[in-house]
Amino acid sequence: MPETGDTGTTVGEAALPSPRKQEAVPGLALGLVLLSAGPVVILALLIVVLSFLSPYFLTGRNLSNILAQTAVISVVAMGQHLVILTRGIDLSVGSNVALASVVGALSFHAGAPAFAVIAVMIASGAAVGAINGLFYVFGRLPHPFIITLATLSIAKGLALRLADGRAIPGMPDTIDALGREAVWGLPGSVFVVAGVAAVLFIMAKTMVWGRWIYAVGGRPDAAVRMGIPVSWVLVSVYVISGLCAGIGAVILAGRTDAGSPLFGNQLELDTIAAVIIGGASFLGGRGHLGHALIGALMIGVIRNALNLLNVNVFFQLIVIGVVIVIAVESDVLRNYLEGRVRVMQAGRQS
Amino acid sequence: MSAVAVNADHTVTADHPVLAVRGATKRFGSVLALDDVSIEVRRGEIVGLLGDNGAGKSTLTKCISGVHQLDAGAILLDGAPTQIRSPADARFAGIETVYQDLALFDNLTPGQNFFAGRELAGPQWLPRGLRFLQQRKMDAETRVLLANLKVTLPRLDAVVAMMSGGQRQAIAVARSTVFARKVVMLDEPTAALGLRESRQVLNLVAALRDQGNAVILITHNMEHVVELADRAVVLRQGRKVGELVPTKDNKQELVSMIVGA
Repeated sequence: MPETGDTGTTVGEAALPSPRKQEAVPGLALGLVLLSAGPVVILALLIVVLSFLSPYFLTGRNLSNILAQTAVISVVAMGQHLVILTRGIDLSVGSNVALASVVGALSFHAGAPAFAVIAVMIASGAAVGAINGLFYVFGRLPHPFIITLATLSIAKGLALRLADGRAIPGMPDTIDALGREAVWGLPGSVFVVAGVAAVLFIMAKTMVWGRWIYAVGGRPDAAVRMGIPVSWVLVSVYVISGLCAGIGAVILAGRTDAGSPLFGNQLELDTIAAVIIGGASFLGGRGHLGHALIGALMIGVIRNALNLLNVNVFFQLIVIGVVIVIAVESDVLRNYLEGRVRVMQAGRQS
Repeated sequence: MSAVAVNADHTVTADHPVLAVRGATKRFGSVLALDDVSIEVRRGEIVGLLGDNGAGKSTLTKCISGVHQLDAGAILLDGAPTQIRSPADARFAGIETVYQDLALFDNLTPGQNFFAGRELAGPQWLPRGLRFLQQRKMDAETRVLLANLKVTLPRLDAVVAMMSGGQRQAIAVARSTVFARKVVMLDEPTAALGLRESRQVLNLVAALRDQGNAVILITHNMEHVVELADRAVVLRQGRKVGELVPTKDNKQELVSMIVGA
């Protein structure tokens, strides 16, 4: 029997859905390509248009500024992305950042050295994540919405109580350095984002664990039947989301030289928005880290642009909401088009 | 393509059942889904499991594959009583299942589906989840496997969501051949397929038997039972009501056993 032209392609390269390789049905295939490239194209268009609208937009300082401002969303969105891949959601990330920053500030004032302050912040984030994961899985909760909503409230309350409702100024110099310019005019936080992205990318793409995340997100019941340790895979993504929140707290503390119970306000919405706008599927099992990063960057660019163009601050919320609707609808459209491709292929076969 | 390969002479003791279920009983609330059912399957043998809807066929296979646990009774593998507490236990023991809903991951490629939960990875001293995928090795084995089974797929790098019903069914059956060492159970593998696609899947079932597996085939199709099965076991309302060697001549007898007329 003739091999139908898949010589030279490796199965492994398609860890992520690659609709662009459907030569069978050109029209639909083109639509799918456009949809999957959509966020990148929109981001590029946005940058081109904005560089005409504002002479200040494309300056090195402003771009560095955008990166610095999106560093926290980017890191936390990467954790959120893993959770969403498994059909979950983590609403607690914002409060988690606040709690971690307060715990860090308190430990600094108690005399802890810089590395210990960093460790405490990250551990605090991971602990909240572990609580989310363990209660969701072993508490047999119907949906992670409930437990992460609870820890959103608990972590926020704890942070406010510990800090007496006020920001606690003062952070070790090592942490503050993250907010300052490091190399090539870029703040240190950008390199933290890059480091986290590299580690998570390797884990998701080359490790068995990464494959399991996609399997669990694609079809949880089948993952159980195939002998994948679904419970632990689920716990792990919430722990990593918490870890990312802890790292986000370190970045934010560095930028502001403080810990505050008011940090991370609405960060859960920003990160979920980033993941969805970036093009990952809310239905689980589809998307990659790049989606979270592009989404975060788009939110950063939109905010920055609206500021530069002197648009009312309140309008930002509306714009981002509209973008979310567009992103989710294009996800639905993508699923529909894939269904069409499948039907047409089945037709061609028989 | 030749129809069904003639059962090769297996050098296994034919009278020794690889899988034996003794007195299987399963209750869902007040419903008695399985009532003292016993079956045996030998290597290189296909047993057709027949029965009307709700007769207990799927429940029996789910108990063997670890999805459900028996309330009473025993499962013996190679003569030894075996506790099967989870699907992972069953797969580890060499029992593969092709579920009626296929249990495929739509967002993964055929090769990724084959190795889901059984990824080839190293180094061995790391915990399983932290090992690095040996993607080339898995790709190569996927190609060999599909070639051996004479399954052709349009692309190996496209996700399963993009494939037709027959292709998906073939992938699910092929997956069970990767790791099956003792027993393969197939729950209505041809239910949703056209004539030609059914034929391909039936050939795969025969291939599973020829590899020396004990095969349990659930189906409503009498032709397939007569053609493939060495024995047929009939369930009705959770009880085993008969067992015979299916031939063209006793098809009617089988049907009346199934409906209880």
